[in-house]
Amino acid sequence: MSFLDYFLGSRKKTAHVAKDRLKLILAHERDADGPDFLPALQEELLAVIAKYIPVDKENIKVSMERRGDFEVLELNILFPDQH
Amino acid sequence: MAKIIVITSGKGGVGKTTTSAAFASGLALRGYRTVVIDFDVGLRNLDLIMGCERRVVYDLINVIQGEAKLQQALIKDKRCENLYVLPTSQTRDKDALTTAGVTAVMDELRKEFDYIVCDSPAGIESGALMALYHADEAIVVTNPEVSSVRDSDRILGILAARSRRAEQGEEPVKEHLLLTRYSPKRVEDGEMLSLEDVKELLRTPLLGVIPESEVILQASNQGIPAIHMENSDVAEAYKDVVARFLGEERPLRFIQPVKVGFFKRLFGG
Repeated sequence: MSFLDYFLGSRKKTAHVAKDRLKLILAHERDADGPDFLPALQEELLAVIAKYIPVDKENIKVSMERRGDFEVLELNILFPDQH
Repeated sequence: MAKIIVITSGKGGVGKTTTSAAFASGLALRGYRTVVIDFDVGLRNLDLIMGCERRVVYDLINVIQGEAKLQQALIKDKRCENLYVLPTSQTRDKDALTTAGVTAVMDELRKEFDYIVCDSPAGIESGALMALYHADEAIVVTNPEVSSVRDSDRILGILAARSRRAEQGEEPVKEHLLLTRYSPKRVEDGEMLSLEDVKELLRTPLLGVIPESEVILQASNQGIPAIHMENSDVAEAYKDVVARFLGEERPLRFIQPVKVGFFKRLFGG
């Protein structure tokens, strides 16, 4: 920035705006992807559970989410009706 | 044991091919047998940057499709004794690169070379995935600018998930960050993300900083890899990058603004 710019009204300092925006969007996009082992984990859990109880693939859900400082692995299995 | 390095970025125009040419030349200057491969099928450009465009007869796709032997497609660099270029084809057939074909070429190159440098196309389509698949190490080229940083983050995620090392549960691809087109003056003025900012955002070790420079255009105009541009900051910065890659300690250079005289400060410029 030159001396004259100083008096003529300087250009805005925008680098920190870029950094703040990136911090937010990167954190969001990293969460959205989730860890890469989830599909494999889901497959393997299904295989184990199916050995004992007949469950459909659609009825098992594995998800990972961040709550405060913790990451929570959530496992939802919908068992078929008892006969 | 040969090492495979991918030069990647996600975003186009950040300096992947410039870096591939300079980095591969730098490894060869240090005495390593090196080959640099263009993975940008359809938009061949590495040959131009390396200055060997008039010597291309056969290319990577010819080799994959069995129309030429690998030795026929490798072009010996005219400046470095140990360097070869494997150009790509200009075909519009997107499926010309096959996983099996690329794997076979890599296996053959491993026997002949110390370093295999893969110049990735932009984007996250099959060409880019193919370029990074076999990598042992990755240099992620990033400009201090929002879209480039975001795309680099995506590519880092893909390296961790889709590379051969990830698929086979081996030790992950070693990632390096290379910041290019860096303008210390604009960083000082608060107009450009600093190297500390980008390092913090991408959480990846910094391999080097290449300053913004008119020398890059002079180099590409003449088909000379930028590392050969004597007495330029860009050539020096690339030599530092190669040294650090080889495990040597080199302090970062060209990251402080050049001091300008009083009159220039007064009247701008």
